[in-house]
Amino acid sequence: MAIKRVGILGAGKVGIVLAGLALKAGYEVRISGSGDVQKIALTIKTLVPGAIAAENADVVANADIVILAIPLSRYKKITPDLLKGKLVIDAMNYWWETDGIREEVLDPDSTSSEQVQAYFKDATIVKAFNHMGYHNLQEEARPAGDPKRKALFVTGDDKEAVDTVAHFVDTMGFDQVVHYNIADGIMTEPGSPLFGASLSLKDLTRIIDHFDQTEFGREVMAAKQK
Amino acid sequence: MVDVNKLEFGIETFGDIVANEDGSLQSAAQSIRQIVREGELADQYGLSVIGVGEHHRPDYSVSSPETVLGAIASVTKQIKLATAVTVLSSDNPVRVYERFATLDALSNGRAQVMLGRGSFTESFPLFGYDLTDYDDLFNEKLAMYDQLRNEKPVTFSGKFVQELKNQEVYPKTESGKLETYIGIGGSPESIIRAARFGYKVIIAIIGGQADRFKPYVDLYHAAAKELKMPEYPVAVHSHGFIADSKDEAMEVAFKNIKANFDRIGLTRGWAPMSREQFEGETQVGSFYVGDPEFVAQRIARTIKLLDLGRFDLVYGAGNQTAAQRERMIELYATKVVPRVKEILSEKVAAN
Repeated sequence: MAIKRVGILGAGKVGIVLAGLALKAGYEVRISGSGDVQKIALTIKTLVPGAIAAENADVVANADIVILAIPLSRYKKITPDLLKGKLVIDAMNYWWETDGIREEVLDPDSTSSEQVQAYFKDATIVKAFNHMGYHNLQEEARPAGDPKRKALFVTGDDKEAVDTVAHFVDTMGFDQVVHYNIADGIMTEPGSPLFGASLSLKDLTRIIDHFDQTEFGREVMAAKQK
Repeated sequence: MVDVNKLEFGIETFGDIVANEDGSLQSAAQSIRQIVREGELADQYGLSVIGVGEHHRPDYSVSSPETVLGAIASVTKQIKLATAVTVLSSDNPVRVYERFATLDALSNGRAQVMLGRGSFTESFPLFGYDLTDYDDLFNEKLAMYDQLRNEKPVTFSGKFVQELKNQEVYPKTESGKLETYIGIGGSPESIIRAARFGYKVIIAIIGGQADRFKPYVDLYHAAAKELKMPEYPVAVHSHGFIADSKDEAMEVAFKNIKANFDRIGLTRGWAPMSREQFEGETQVGSFYVGDPEFVAQRIARTIKLLDLGRFDLVYGAGNQTAAQRERMIELYATKVVPRVKEILSEKVAAN
């Protein structure tokens, strides 16, 4: 499917950075905040001129791809039906400063994107844009072939959806390391050596391929075997 | 357009634990006394403001910044005394007013309130607040503080605070109004809120290029205009370290600032800072590290780029020695600040 219109749920730091990149890449961009449109209108007009401030429903209805960029603790405030049939990028992470106690937000026995996928059961979730800091995302987007280009990890269960998102990530200014397993999202969750890191395709691939040798990878394995 | 003569330069500390020359750590009590000494130095060197942070953790000595500022008030004459920041969300607005009004009295009107939501969360459980109320707590308490700040009888009720009915608070200040900033980490909502309340804004730029914040500064001015509130020049605070040679500055800063960021990152699941990241931050990012000339050039660039009225350098991150901290303050005040003004004056003349 050709992506022409990007819808972003969340007008915070990450949502605004992604809106800026999407505009630069030539997409039509709609973005919503937690309240009514008026609350974010000035912000959007000033920070990402060209993006359209809208309500959640409007953003989703007019999007070929939807990006979830809200605090992880709030995704359940969106009704699952809203995203029915949509291709959705999960850019969220557990972040204790905004989300509070982890156990109240996430089930400890699975990964955050698996839980997001289970909740939005009629949407296709692909995890991306979650592990690089938002200011690196903003400053380090580069055209394909640039030797200083950085890479992002893209993963999900639906192969076609993952490939579509990988291409989208490319147009946004990043190389991609692609997996077809949403549970592999754990590799970029907080605590991972990839969380907050800004790496080249070669370095990102090396860490992903040898993830079981990282301290965090060993902890994840140990937790699974319990 | 930057008015060089009106520019303010400050220093801020989070109250990091000071190291002895042999690498052992001083006590929190010794570290607190060191801050008082540094406040005195900063005043003698003519800096505009010293800010002291509020934390409730083993790696920072200060949980009660107004008390430390009270001691600094008694040994200084000109320097403004600020918190960096007062975590309003877990505080009581009446107490905040009372403490600052007292500090204002002790210092002959030099108290400066900096309110923020804080980037740490220890104070929430410590004072019995729920972190999930993060936004609501700040909004409500700011509304209450805003009324108290008028120093007139206040009637207020809310979800989290005590109810006030036509209540006066004391002492009154001599100026009639406490100077108040809101500290902002870069969320657009916070910027608009500060503009809505008509407060001055100080942005914490702790990572990445200052250029990224240009639209945020524009947003503050646009919001103030739209809401018909007063507009002030924006202030910025960033980390830094200055030494006589660039190599020495880089070595000390890498060890200390990295350790500081990594330790905090560990609790948030953030990967440790690489040497490459650190160097990027010192070359074009938000760490002002180097010899006086290099740091002056970078600060001048940021001030011009963001059209600032004030720049505060956060000093002492990690475990630096008293000598390193004091030398940094001396170099900042006597070499960097005059040089920044000189660079900016040349630029004005060139224009």
